[in-house]
Amino acid sequence: MCGIVGLYAKKENISSNLGLHLSKMLESMSDRGPDSAGLAIFGKPIAKRAKIMVQSQSPEDDFQKLKKFLSTKKEISFSFETHSTHAVIKLDVKQKDKVINLINDTFPNLRILSVGKKMEIYKEVGRPAEVVKRFEIAKMKGSHGIGHTRMATESAVTTLGAHPFSTGEDQCLVHNGSLSNHNSLRRELMRKEMTFETENDSEVAASFITYRMNSGKTLKEALESALLELDGFYTFVVGTENGFGVLRDPIACKPAVLAETPDYVAFGSEYRALTSLPKIEKAKVWEPEPATVYFWGH
Amino acid sequence: MTILDFNKLSLRDINKTLQGSDKNSFFSIRNPKGSHALAVGINKQITVKVVGSVGYYCAGMNKFSDIKVEGSAGPGLGENMMSGNIHVTGDVSQYAGASGHGGSILVEGNASSRCGISMKGVDIIVKGNVGHMSAFMAQKGNLVIFGNAGHALGDSIYEANIYVAGEVASLGADCIEKKMTKKHLSKLENILSNANVSDYNLDTFRRFGSARSLYNFNVDNAKIY
Repeated sequence: MCGIVGLYAKKENISSNLGLHLSKMLESMSDRGPDSAGLAIFGKPIAKRAKIMVQSQSPEDDFQKLKKFLSTKKEISFSFETHSTHAVIKLDVKQKDKVINLINDTFPNLRILSVGKKMEIYKEVGRPAEVVKRFEIAKMKGSHGIGHTRMATESAVTTLGAHPFSTGEDQCLVHNGSLSNHNSLRRELMRKEMTFETENDSEVAASFITYRMNSGKTLKEALESALLELDGFYTFVVGTENGFGVLRDPIACKPAVLAETPDYVAFGSEYRALTSLPKIEKAKVWEPEPATVYFWGH
Repeated sequence: MTILDFNKLSLRDINKTLQGSDKNSFFSIRNPKGSHALAVGINKQITVKVVGSVGYYCAGMNKFSDIKVEGSAGPGLGENMMSGNIHVTGDVSQYAGASGHGGSILVEGNASSRCGISMKGVDIIVKGNVGHMSAFMAQKGNLVIFGNAGHALGDSIYEANIYVAGEVASLGADCIEKKMTKKHLSKLENILSNANVSDYNLDTFRRFGSARSLYNFNVDNAKIY
């Protein structure tokens, strides 16, 4: 199973309550997956600033040490916000790569979940209601966001096995389905220097799209090549800096519903996910076609 | 008319009331909000009007009753229905009318993939388009499509009839276009009038069915064994 949601705000009344809407949408999909849940929220960027999201299993200890360590580097000016097991480090975009390397080299227990100017990824083991409460998602604002609740099939129930998976700066993917050729694809991508944190099939899909885009393809082209090379069942929702995209495999047995009003575009695995949205009864609601790339962007 | 409101009652209570009601009762169901398995397993002549969209498996196993959804329906509408009538004013998702034995389904919007898969006697009328693999292994009954049909229409079909007024993306294995005879035109007219559909032009429909080439073992394949 698994449940996916997505919301793209066209108007301020939606973006100022984005986290609240997405929380309700994701909670309504709890029956589709109780194992772990996660969201990516695309907030307002600050000029020349970047965000690094880090996750720890023992946040109190690790984040204290990380903060202290970064403070000793006089040339780095940063802010540090903790949200339960996650922390957001905001810093000058020019210092981003240096800090990523410092974290990777010095703190092997910390995981970098995402990097970007807008995107923040929050994901944890547990039901959607627990996860959105833990990170206070309902208070967050943003132009768009995507979410996922997982019913684990082929790999372990862990924080890193939760979705969304980052596919590059300000980019992530959520997946409902199962891929059958993920092991061979993973080996192929590893030979091309891509790295993996889990045995998860969806991480392979995320890495596949990242690799294609790093090789100069557009998101649309990368998703179209996924149609040729990924074997299995999938409905993907991909979050990018500007909006979100949707792709279903040609068999399309994994459900998907889209809704559009003058205020928003919303995605749900089921219509139930959309019923809490304002004026949904007046929305244009339809099922996306198989093997067709959809995208909404600002 | 009895109003059953999801804002006040649980799905289980509503289904229990419908299943336990007297013949000829009339219910109006409010605020379904995409709920699953609504109005399933009804086996008497009652009338149910659902105001709003429903989720998976609405009106499954229906027998005798008339169920109208004023909205759209999720996957598995009217699965394995035996008789009665289902009418959806919006769209329906995957495998509507799957393995239905009898009765009729009228969809005013589009139906997505696998509409009428393994149908066994039900009549399904779709005013819009149907998705890929519709009428897959359809055994008996009629699938009438006013719009276009997706890929692999009628794959491995047995004795069901398919009528299409729009374009067909592709036919599945063993499905062929057949001559529209007077007999079939009058059958089609009957199906549509039984479902109270009046705005149609019979001349626009083409008929598809089984080439029956998969019915018997092809002796040329014997050497494989």
